[in-house]
Amino acid sequence: MKKSLIGALAASTLLSPVAAMAQTEVQFWHAFTGRLGELVAAQVEEFNASQSDYVVVQSHKGNYSETLNAGIAAFRAGEQPHILMVFEVGTASMMAAGGAVRPVHEVMAESGATFDSDAYIGAVKGYYTSTDGDMLSLPFNSSTPVLWVNRDAMAAAGVDPDTDLSTWQNVGATLDALKAGGEECPLVTAWQSWIHLENFSAYHDVPFASQDNGFAGLDTELMLNGEAQVAHLTAMGEWARDGKFIYTGRRNEGGANFRSGECALFTESSAGYAGISSEAEFDFDVRPLPYWEGVGNAPQNTIIGGASLWVMEGHEADEYKGAGEFLSFLSSSDVQAAWHQNTGYLPITSEAGEATRAAGFYEANPGTDVAVIQMTMNEPTSNSKGLRLGSFDQIRGIIDEELEGIWSGDKTAQEAMDSAKERGDALLRRFEMANR
Amino acid sequence: MEKRVIFRGWWLPALLIAPQVFISAVFFFYPAGQAVWQSLFIPDPFGLSSQYVGLANFEFLLSDKFYRASFVTTAVFSILVTLCSMIPALFLAVMADRLIKGSGVYRTLLIWPYAVAPAIAGVLWLFMFNTRVGVVSWYLGQLGYDWNHVLNGGEAMGLVVVASAWGRISYNFLFFFAALQAVPRSVIEAAAIDGARFWRRFWTIVLPLLSPTTFFLLVVNIVYSFFETFGVIHTITSGGPQQSTTVLVYKVFSDGFVGQDLGSSSAQSVILLFVVGLLTIVQFKFVEKRVHY
Repeated sequence: MKKSLIGALAASTLLSPVAAMAQTEVQFWHAFTGRLGELVAAQVEEFNASQSDYVVVQSHKGNYSETLNAGIAAFRAGEQPHILMVFEVGTASMMAAGGAVRPVHEVMAESGATFDSDAYIGAVKGYYTSTDGDMLSLPFNSSTPVLWVNRDAMAAAGVDPDTDLSTWQNVGATLDALKAGGEECPLVTAWQSWIHLENFSAYHDVPFASQDNGFAGLDTELMLNGEAQVAHLTAMGEWARDGKFIYTGRRNEGGANFRSGECALFTESSAGYAGISSEAEFDFDVRPLPYWEGVGNAPQNTIIGGASLWVMEGHEADEYKGAGEFLSFLSSSDVQAAWHQNTGYLPITSEAGEATRAAGFYEANPGTDVAVIQMTMNEPTSNSKGLRLGSFDQIRGIIDEELEGIWSGDKTAQEAMDSAKERGDALLRRFEMANR
Repeated sequence: MEKRVIFRGWWLPALLIAPQVFISAVFFFYPAGQAVWQSLFIPDPFGLSSQYVGLANFEFLLSDKFYRASFVTTAVFSILVTLCSMIPALFLAVMADRLIKGSGVYRTLLIWPYAVAPAIAGVLWLFMFNTRVGVVSWYLGQLGYDWNHVLNGGEAMGLVVVASAWGRISYNFLFFFAALQAVPRSVIEAAAIDGARFWRRFWTIVLPLLSPTTFFLLVVNIVYSFFETFGVIHTITSGGPQQSTTVLVYKVFSDGFVGQDLGSSSAQSVILLFVVGLLTIVQFKFVEKRVHY
């Protein structure tokens, strides 16, 4: 491991300048380590081997926030990479930074690379396109929340593992039964704001924020204190009080509890597949995210999490041509299908999804298509296209704090969400001012 | 009897203080000046545009009741960190000082934790108190105590205090130990001959003689708890649950480096600078009077 790392370092520092004399170099900064990092490196290698005009140099810059920070700091110092990976939460910041980024549709048009924006899945593309329908960044890794079921834990508590869990009403009844059957951890979640507020709102077709969730302008206000959201969080708060919903932390801490077999139900990203399938020593199921029967237009469609690739301003024309070629390579059907099957991330083009289905992957790995179906079941509405809010990383922090107030019983769901709205709106006004 | 050296001319003294002035200017005055300047603007993250807002950043902060509440959190946190890092250090130093054999080994072992980076110390403590796999939380569970710092603010505060203070105990130990070695043996022996027992000698002779060191450590530890603890807090609680461990410096860090809000982050550092400056003046004015050099 160490040797290969040193080798890779040597290769990237010693060999690339030599190669760059003949080839145009394209810098690509990303946030992946471990298995995902290896897969990205393999994609880059394949691209470099497939042609001789360009060489893509990939580097890991820390987690999502750190990568975005590195990109911003580099831009301020005039040292920015050509391609920067930015998580979906940073999308609004990137879109507002007109002078720092070059929209992907422009890069593609100038480079002459094959590019058809209609090939991308609507719900994925919608997140990263302007209101005029122009694609601003290239969707790279996208996932959506689903419900993971520990069938053994269900059976052990005397609950039929095939119980219908498509609605929260049914889940509520199942949680009662699990608790009564002696299950210590009936329900656990990861990424609470993303799943139980952002996706919840889209799935029930109720607004999360005004101005089409921020797509239509910077003068947006949070609307997460609406009736539907408060009702859901009230129910979750009651489950937390009764020990049916166990809170483990703001990020994906709950994953450890679920993978060890401790918990029965787990709401988590579809990209949790890699970890769960390799670690779980029990029989598990993937089910669609539950919805409240009769609330809003549920089930509408869920929205994505993950990251997209942004092309930064300030480089030479032939380098942009190289960047365009690379992005086009990444969206090609074979590369996407392999990525989808290896990681549990969604295929970003319909063609890659079809190819995966045709290869029999979904039959061999049941449940891996739940996320795809759930995202594409309906044409996205203005409430379910995604979110585009400035300072959203901080706003999520505020939402996390307020949700903790509900779980601990210090606040009612209405009080907590009213407070989240008030505090979040103040940050949105600051963002509006900064980007005037 | 005071000796004074009189320099003729100005270039030699200027030359002698130049390195210190230079270092202060580059590493303190310049960045501090930048912070003050930036606190008057709301810039976008990429530095493409910037809105002059006067004191609006300060107004925004001081009208935020959560920001005001974090002053109280910071005070509680700093007092606890200072006490938890100084009292055990003094105790350990006194004990190590009494040893005749093997004090070198104790000393080395006691200094080790100081070499652990704050973020790693944070992860270490987080593991021990992890609500699911933590060793300590498991024992507490056996004793019938349900440890859950993920939702219990008091427990979260306790955990970040212990994690922040732990590494500092070594640092404080080192200073206390050196100071104890400097206490003249003859004074102690005289007291012993007069029949004073160990603890009596400690309270009436040793502790007063340690007062310059104690005062120095008090200032240094308070500054530490104000400025250098965000790594530990970031890894253990990220300021939660709710806002129970959001101290001022953590908010500077998270607003600036997570939220990309450089205007607010700068304004917060300016406020923090004033608070710590004020605190240090108070310490030198009032506490130092009770120090015997």
